Amino acid sequence: MAGVMGKTAKGSEPIGSGKPFDEMNGFDGECREAYRALKDWLEETPTDLLDQRKLEAEALFRRSGITFAVYGDKDAEERLIPYDLIPRVLSGAEWNRLSEGLTQRVQAINALIVDLYSKAEILKAGIIPEELIYANPAFRPEMIGIAIPGNVPVPIAGIDIVRVDADDFYVLEDNARTPSGVSYMLDNREVTHLLFPDLLGRNRVQPVERYADELLAVLESLKPVNSSGDTTIVVLTPGSYNSAFYEHSFLADKLGVELVEGRDLFVRDDILYMRTTQGPKRVDVVYRRVDDDFLDPLTFRPDSMLGVPGLFSCYRAGTVTLANAVGTGISDDKAIYSYMPEIVRFYTGADPLLHNVPTWRCREPEALAYVLDHLGELVVKEVHGSGGYGMLVGPASTQAERAAFSEKLKKQPDNFIAQPTLALSTCPTYVDGCIAPRHVDLRPFVLTGASGTRIVPGGLTRVALREGSLVVNSSQGGGTKDTWVLEE
Amino acid sequence: MHLKLQHTTRYTYETPVRGVVQMLRLTPRPYDGLHVVRWRIDVDHDATLKPSEDSFGNIVHSFCAEGPLDALTVTVEGEVLTEDTSGILHGTQERLPLGLYLRQTPLTTADRTIADFARDAADGRDRLDALHALMAALSDRMTFDVDVTHVHTTADEAFADAKGVCQDFAHIFIAAARSLKFPARYVSGYMRQSDGREHYEAGHGWAEVHVPGVGWIGFDPTNAICATDAYIRVAIGLDYLDASPVRGVRTGGAHETLDVSIQVQHGASQQ
Amino acid sequence: MMLASTANDLFWMSRYVERAESIARILGAARRISDVPQVIGGETNEWTSALAAAGQLHAFTATGRAPDEESVFAYLAFDEANPSSIKSCVAMARQNARSVRPALTTETWEAINSAYLEFRDIERAGGSRRQRQDFLRWVLDVSLRVSGTAFRNMLRDERYWFTRLGFYIERADNTARILDVKYHLLLPEHADIGGSLDYYQWAAILRSVSALTAYHWVYRQALKPWLIADLLILREEMPRSLASCYDNITTFLDELALAYGRQGPAQRAARATHSRLANTRTDDVFKQGLHEFLSDFLAENNRLGTAIAEQYNLI
Repeated sequence: MAGVMGKTAKGSEPIGSGKPFDEMNGFDGECREAYRALKDWLEETPTDLLDQRKLEAEALFRRSGITFAVYGDKDAEERLIPYDLIPRVLSGAEWNRLSEGLTQRVQAINALIVDLYSKAEILKAGIIPEELIYANPAFRPEMIGIAIPGNVPVPIAGIDIVRVDADDFYVLEDNARTPSGVSYMLDNREVTHLLFPDLLGRNRVQPVERYADELLAVLESLKPVNSSGDTTIVVLTPGSYNSAFYEHSFLADKLGVELVEGRDLFVRDDILYMRTTQGPKRVDVVYRRVDDDFLDPLTFRPDSMLGVPGLFSCYRAGTVTLANAVGTGISDDKAIYSYMPEIVRFYTGADPLLHNVPTWRCREPEALAYVLDHLGELVVKEVHGSGGYGMLVGPASTQAERAAFSEKLKKQPDNFIAQPTLALSTCPTYVDGCIAPRHVDLRPFVLTGASGTRIVPGGLTRVALREGSLVVNSSQGGGTKDTWVLEE
Repeated sequence: MHLKLQHTTRYTYETPVRGVVQMLRLTPRPYDGLHVVRWRIDVDHDATLKPSEDSFGNIVHSFCAEGPLDALTVTVEGEVLTEDTSGILHGTQERLPLGLYLRQTPLTTADRTIADFARDAADGRDRLDALHALMAALSDRMTFDVDVTHVHTTADEAFADAKGVCQDFAHIFIAAARSLKFPARYVSGYMRQSDGREHYEAGHGWAEVHVPGVGWIGFDPTNAICATDAYIRVAIGLDYLDASPVRGVRTGGAHETLDVSIQVQHGASQQ
Repeated sequence: MMLASTANDLFWMSRYVERAESIARILGAARRISDVPQVIGGETNEWTSALAAAGQLHAFTATGRAPDEESVFAYLAFDEANPSSIKSCVAMARQNARSVRPALTTETWEAINSAYLEFRDIERAGGSRRQRQDFLRWVLDVSLRVSGTAFRNMLRDERYWFTRLGFYIERADNTARILDVKYHLLLPEHADIGGSLDYYQWAAILRSVSALTAYHWVYRQALKPWLIADLLILREEMPRSLASCYDNITTFLDELALAYGRQGPAQRAARATHSRLANTRTDDVFKQGLHEFLSDFLAENNRLGTAIAEQYNLI
């Protein structure tokens, strides 16, 4: 596939050359330092062993029920996310740079959300146009004026990162709503341990296992203003039919807290309780994996059966912490994304360490005209969309698709942004009996508590298994890899 | 005007319910045009009525009644003094940014037909004139009909049918005003009809639109007038859902029947 | 302290696994009798009895199918529309288990999850008699694995106790139902008129609760109907007897009461049933009428399930 030129955040050099950057072999085919041990191992390991391990891994995932439900696909009620045997490797130095950038960005996101729901200084300063915030359904007026515990509305963030060369990391998407996938980060490591016990040791890989402890500490540090004495934490799931139920159950287990559904909870006099075999037990912190709309039928969607009537009143009254807070999805919006460099500067006073992909806001007439002229080169995305749906990948599209899309664009330009097609980096991937380069992205999980931001070294690497494909979303057939960060 | 209100809502359940949780927006917040003499809410069941506020500044009471219940009655009794200010509001609590009231909600989305209608009605007129023209056009176009729509009917659906109740009139007016870039919001409350009728089967809903240089103005598209001293303004929101007098959830039970009786009277001492 | 819905899921998970096992045993016993030559077999339809023992006779009749081996097997083993089929039981047990996965040990979860996954393959394998036989054995094996992993690995706390309570309440229900379907064969006056058919029937009853060998160990004599009733109702040493089930139920309810520092209607009801079983002799049972005795017991057992649900907020 052809990478397409575009302006970078820094200046005018192109993002990615025609040939994608391979994280093992670079541009020129010479093995990069971090991959050396892995490459040796790949060369000495016969493919039939890899085949056998692949089968073992699948059996393991299926037996332990590590599955993912796909909406609208009845036959595949519970599907495995394909796991690729070959880990993705980052050097310690690369990670340190990335980690600093992530910390900065997530601190800015937290500051942005606190500000938007209180003084809205950033709007007064004219950095973001007011209507982009206020007309946005992800912005929740119900949150205005509420004291957010610890001033941390986004304790758990997942930032999607891509790279196009050896030096630069680009943020593709911010996920401040309810980012998922962390169970795969931990399970993939576990599987590597089981299948290739010697390999990890040989490579001095930093552990990811302490994620649950870090998360627990973060949640405990954000207990509500009017909390009970001891902090009781629960994980709130929409239920076992939800596509990410496995992860919810996994997290509750690792955190050592109860996994609850809406029906397990109830509210009396602005206090949240769970129903136990010994009567009501007060709850202080809810790590909720239920969307804003469904959290409380008395405040949000009245037809929701998944939430808890009165939960949001508890939040207002400061008797319970919601992690993440309501209305954090505003920063996931792709139109807001385009302002992220300015947002980072506004709140941290420093230049952003991570790049933003240059973005044309189709709501601006000149940008729209450019996008319509260059549809064949660009990726056009819906501003509120996620999961890779509703987007046009220009270079992979047909004339008819582009024609249809340009009608949509003209009808609702506000609804779209466009970006250059990035030549995402590739990693060696085991497909159909051979090792071939496939495009990847990375979602590290960034935790922020009352006393700062922590990132477990690693993340979820998603890989587009089809040759040349840039769509890594699990809902569209992407796979995952174990992600190694080496000791320095 | 001195107005006395009595509002009784009675729920009857064919099979007893296990519990009822409700959130009531049934208490007006005073402003220059409305003085609350006395106001009381009551639930005929052991439950604490807990007062609080939402982000719009509405006064909210929530309660939780534990069953089994086969009936439940919520009573509101109050007395207010109102003033006619030609619909212009002074002294209201404004907690949310004006820009927020330009937002479309699922109930108040202006589709192409509403947007065109608004533009044609306004026909290049200036601010207030545009809104009055819009209200008149809407009133011509729509027929009041209690049998066509329900609480979830959206503005564009009601507009397509050209029929509806006060909620639909208000939603369409709000959607249309926002499409003309006027901040607009929904108001729930009560009104006393000019025919002197005292008994009503439902509360009332109308709209408020913000006009630069003037402020918020109450428009009642159902009656094609600006809000007067015959109106008791209780709660506001982006649409009916935010300002809804009652939002509730019940557990268990089946076949809820609802009886509403509302009485709006002139006070004994007329002003 | 545990989530009430967790307790509920654990309780029903065990009930469904035990129910699947019980249906498998009933089907196995019915097969055996239907193999008996017609000369001895007479007119009785074992498949109708199997449906009755599984509590599914009415539901099956409503489908309009003929109660032959083929269709009864299909209905009790594989029919998704039948909420008590083995397939439905396995699916529901797995659904319960999935909801409370953190409360289970990995081994127990994997035992249930693998059963659920294997079920599809087994079903696809088809329905020769031989394969059905293998299938029934497989069901018993699944039940054994689930029970065994729980017994060996679960922490002895409320999670374990609720799991066991569901198990024993279901088991008591099944034993009582199997006896009740065949009660007329166990009446003492029947012993004189009983021919070879009765012998097969008695053996089948014992087999369906896995007690044929136990019978011989306990009584060291030929099959006698009243001894069969004695064994399956009153003998505490017989693991599927009503007395044994209630011995266990009271034990686990007492554990709960002790841990929670409070006892209630469930403990009192269970103890009452337990001591009544301990103080009853076979003669008393027959004097009251075996059928009446079993009907009363089934109702009581059912009430206990409700009392536990109410007392512990299982909803």
